[in-house]
Amino acid sequence: MDRALVAGFPFPFPTDRYRYSTNVEPAPRVVSTPAGQWGASLVDVDGEYHRELDERAAVLERDPSRYAVLDHMAPACWDTMLTLMRELAAAYPDVMSLDGDGPSYVWTNRLFDVEQPFTYAQPSTLPDEPLRYVASQVQEDLVLLDQRDGDLWGDAGLVTFAADWSFGFDVGMSFLEIHGPVPRLRETGVITRAREFIMRLQPGAPYRRTNWTLTVGRRLDVSTERYPEWGPDRPRMLTVDDVTFGREVHLRTEVQHLVRLEESGAVLFLIRTYLLPFEELARVEPWRATTAAVLADLPDDIADYKGIAGYRDRAVDWLHAHAP
Amino acid sequence: MSAALDLVVAAVDDTVPGVRSVRLVRPDGGALPGFTPGSHVVVTCGPPGAPGNAYSLTGDSVAPRAYTISVLRLDAGRGGSRWVHALTTGDRVEVTPPRSAFPPVLAARRHLLVAGGIGVTPILSHLRSAVRWGRDVEVLYAHRPGAAAHLDDLRDLAGDALTCLTDRTTLGDHLQRRLADQPVGTHLYTCGPAGFMDTVTLAARRLGWPDERIHVEHFGVDDLDPGEPFEAVLRASGRTVPVPSGTSLLDALEGAGLSVPNLCRQGVCGECRVPVAAGTPLHRDLVLTDAEKAAADTLLCCVSRAADDRLELDL
Ligand code: FES
Repeated sequence: MDRALVAGFPFPFPTDRYRYSTNVEPAPRVVSTPAGQWGASLVDVDGEYHRELDERAAVLERDPSRYAVLDHMAPACWDTMLTLMRELAAAYPDVMSLDGDGPSYVWTNRLFDVEQPFTYAQPSTLPDEPLRYVASQVQEDLVLLDQRDGDLWGDAGLVTFAADWSFGFDVGMSFLEIHGPVPRLRETGVITRAREFIMRLQPGAPYRRTNWTLTVGRRLDVSTERYPEWGPDRPRMLTVDDVTFGREVHLRTEVQHLVRLEESGAVLFLIRTYLLPFEELARVEPWRATTAAVLADLPDDIADYKGIAGYRDRAVDWLHAHAP
Repeated sequence: MSAALDLVVAAVDDTVPGVRSVRLVRPDGGALPGFTPGSHVVVTCGPPGAPGNAYSLTGDSVAPRAYTISVLRLDAGRGGSRWVHALTTGDRVEVTPPRSAFPPVLAARRHLLVAGGIGVTPILSHLRSAVRWGRDVEVLYAHRPGAAAHLDDLRDLAGDALTCLTDRTTLGDHLQRRLADQPVGTHLYTCGPAGFMDTVTLAARRLGWPDERIHVEHFGVDDLDPGEPFEAVLRASGRTVPVPSGTSLLDALEGAGLSVPNLCRQGVCGECRVPVAAGTPLHRDLVLTDAEKAAADTLLCCVSRAADDRLELDL
């Protein structure tokens, strides 16, 4: 595996114990890890850029429902596009730029040999709808929350790398409905607190949090729709040999950014997914030890919800067996 | 919390009697943060540390090169408007980044914008965005004859969708008629003097408009009433800080050398929350929920005061 991917991996566990919490912090902020660092910008371009964007295009082609925009969200989609282009240009000035000061711009992305002039809020000037266009330039999945009636509504988005949920199903749902199935969340008040927090987000002050799970195979699209394809991988992990287990089981981190968009006032939720195989994880000793501790301590209902209950014990044993 | 912006006055416009429009730019002419229509900035009205006043932004909200505010001169006010009226081109002005507390509802079918006097400022910014995005919009503008700020801007943007009303009777009648004649899914936005907004919202409620579709910009023009004097006792040091009428608890605490996080100084952002150890707060903010207010263990010190003559704070 590309060393840069290990060095940039956002290891999600600050301590040996994981529970749900409103673990938000101001972003961006660089975090140093035993392997390198992450977190310098809201959008992250890495060595998987072309591979992941090809995959996103393929997923969308097969299943167009991964992209949905309710009519009133058009301004928020333009807002998202402009915001992300600015972020990319600021983070990767060597290869990306956004020129012009409105309403006419030129977007340049040398990684794709793209030079795209467009006029803000004029759909005919872009080759695609703005949200889908910008989703072809960033590795992040995008969800847009509209705020009205004292609540948040998932009224637009493009999600191709969902971990066991499905955007097509959730579009138009309220924040609480979207999070309905997560155990413990309601009782602990984490979700209502998160909602209050998000509703108070201000432009220019983005926040981020991380989430995690385990995924079998280097598979970004583990959406509900494709369960028949990836579901059987989990029980298979109980029967494979140790080498295969270490190669196949990945720690999956989602870095999620929350951005209050300037003009539309909608909230942009960016979800960037990283996969690190256990065989690589085990080479970074603090990561191996912490992951083993977290998994061993994880309450059954959370393990169940994350879909790892079946092979969690084997994962713990494997990690212990690979202590230096 | 984002840092304050140091801007300079690029132009002032005194065409409308009593109202000054000020155009603020970055010293290097660079782009300013965009904002949601209806947003305001808090302008430090004086040298750094002086009290701030919130003013709505009237200009374009996407990639703006300038922030423009329009300020009615209030000779009886706290002095912020007089300070703005004394600015000249080239003066430095410190403002917070834009804050949004009066946004358009994206999902609304139609937008009815009702401005009274200088309350036209956030309405103008709503109108700009409605035109940009092709939203169905109607504007009612109540103003004194010959004293209408931004009338040309409104005419250019709204055309036939604008109605100006210059006397009370026509205002009342017309308001009734227009409020009664909107399709379901219309949202109402109003900004102006407190009495004006009360009239508008009352008329709407009587006609059966649900509260979720009525939006009020709370600090268009009026200051909160000055309140009764009281004493704040600081638990940690045992000190007593007097809070005179007309001085906010936040101002008094700062005057006593404490630093309390704050942003809007208008009871809308929630930054200046302080724990109450004893005594009954008189809540005047728009942030705390009813349950939080009833718990009486915290208050937003920029606007809220004591219900009695003494309040003990966990500070
Ligand atoms: S400073 Fe914003 S609520 Fe007090």
